[in-house]
Amino acid sequence: MFTTPEGKEIFIVDGHTHFWDGSPENQKNIHGKQFIECFYAYHTALSPPEEVWEKAHFEKYSEDDLYNDLFVEGPDDVAIVQSTYLKDFYKNGFNTIERNAGVAKKYPDRFIVNGAFDPRDGEKALEYIHYMKETFDIKGVKLYTAEWNGASKGWNLNDPEAYRCFELCEKLGIRNMHVHKGPTIIPLNKDAFDVHDVDHAATDFQNLNWIVEHCGLPRLDDFCWIAVQETNVYAGLAVALPFIHGRPRYFAEVIAELLFWVGEDNILFGSDYAIWTPQWLVEKFWAFELPDDIKQERGVDLTPEIKEKILGLNAANLYELDVEEHKAKLAKTPVSIAAE
Amino acid sequence: MTGQLHGVSGADTQATHAAEVWQRLEKVCDPELDEPITDMGFVEGVDIDDDHQVSVRFRLPTYWCSANFAYLMASDIRLQVEKLAWVKRARVRLEDHMFDEQVNTGVNEGLSFRQIFADLAPDESLDEIREKFRKKAFQRRQEVVLLGLQGLGFSNEQIVTMTLSEFDAIQFTNDEDIRQKARYCEIIGELGLARQPDDLAFRDYDARPFKAAELGDYLSKLRGVRINMEFSGALCRGLLSTRYKELDRDSDEPTLVDFMLDRVPPARGLES
Repeated sequence: MFTTPEGKEIFIVDGHTHFWDGSPENQKNIHGKQFIECFYAYHTALSPPEEVWEKAHFEKYSEDDLYNDLFVEGPDDVAIVQSTYLKDFYKNGFNTIERNAGVAKKYPDRFIVNGAFDPRDGEKALEYIHYMKETFDIKGVKLYTAEWNGASKGWNLNDPEAYRCFELCEKLGIRNMHVHKGPTIIPLNKDAFDVHDVDHAATDFQNLNWIVEHCGLPRLDDFCWIAVQETNVYAGLAVALPFIHGRPRYFAEVIAELLFWVGEDNILFGSDYAIWTPQWLVEKFWAFELPDDIKQERGVDLTPEIKEKILGLNAANLYELDVEEHKAKLAKTPVSIAAE
Repeated sequence: MTGQLHGVSGADTQATHAAEVWQRLEKVCDPELDEPITDMGFVEGVDIDDDHQVSVRFRLPTYWCSANFAYLMASDIRLQVEKLAWVKRARVRLEDHMFDEQVNTGVNEGLSFRQIFADLAPDESLDEIREKFRKKAFQRRQEVVLLGLQGLGFSNEQIVTMTLSEFDAIQFTNDEDIRQKARYCEIIGELGLARQPDDLAFRDYDARPFKAAELGDYLSKLRGVRINMEFSGALCRGLLSTRYKELDRDSDEPTLVDFMLDRVPPARGLES
């Protein structure tokens, strides 16, 4: 729960978090080392200096750290924890669904665990979707189209084998597709940042929600054109939001574009923990006001009501959380007690 | 005495050559950012041997930066440096990158991107990518000068009818406006969008002139392009400085050239 300086309580759903192990012991090769180093560079480049962690801690943090940073020191009420396997880089995977589900089990009602699949695995991908639904009752997945798999150096959301997976997801009620469309690792060919496949998939699967993580940066213009036509397309703010610290004017321009094109009901807060911690992000976001010239130019505003939607209500809708009911549930296990 | 003089003049030639190479490198841009690789801090060093062979070392903000962009920059480095008449051969050395070996071998042996990555990207041609980012570079530069003109009080009607010679005569005061005005003139010349003094200074990438009433919408489209490029630019600068912060950049050679080109902060310049 985030309490505003005026004393209002704001329900926070953190749409994008991780519980990873990027430690040297888990690294399989140079790629694993470079991968976590790249994350660490994002962390140090965009965090306020007082929020920067030691590298070893960043590589591997405990369940308690996670819980503390998100819910005790941090403002989150609920966190969506995404799965990213990267088994070619890490011996036990980077953050698998088993690892995420382990911590979620310890703190009921705090986490929503999302799965992941790779359509290029064919039948196995379909079996895996069944497995994740039956074992973890997932409601969403994280999809990483730039990932390599054997001879393939990436895939598109509108590939036929992807469509078979989406059909199954729809059937099983896995409705939230978090698509990584932002700065990417191992981009090799063509324009690895292209977002046009979202357009096809969102048109063809109207019952699924397409959350474009990192709001398509660095292809925000293309993404906005797509999002304006598709009501089931959402923008995840992870990576865009930290600019609020170092380059607030720039952040104002991005959020104004999103409000104008994508709309206030389709934008989701995400800290991308542990790349960034949610407390300072939410504090700064709440205190943030659009400069007058940008407001006028785009004809949009970032009112407290809109901030509240972005910080939690929009994601609660997607994951069918009844906010009042959930607040009551959480009140029974206050964080400081649960943490002991 | 003579020996000393000879030594000095040898060092002078070497320094002049190095300065010339750095000036050529300023022409190489990161295609995605439309900023010179020298300004981005990508170039780590220039080595020139007695045989006039030049080697340029460069590095990127992450191990994962797009291989196609890395290849484009590497091949442009080679192309630009070999434009200098005294250069016998230019080689590039991309460091700390997932595909550094492939890119270096490929560019130094004159292979195409498709040849280097035959196994990974058999049907890849970089022309399309180059074209796409050239258009974005054009738009980015154009936005800066259009907004600059509006800032000076020009009406949309005046802007859309402005000729190249009229535009040439404009005196901007803001540094970025001045810089981008020169870069805008360069790119419209290269693209053939305006060459004669009476040509319109402003058209879109497809050479279509504007109507005054459309300029607002057009500018809002350009804003989107700029936001993307700024995002990438800010991210790249941040990541690069984080990645290499442990290195002592002051020890990078060639210090004399840095001094000549006014790259060295005054406090340290004299010591080095």
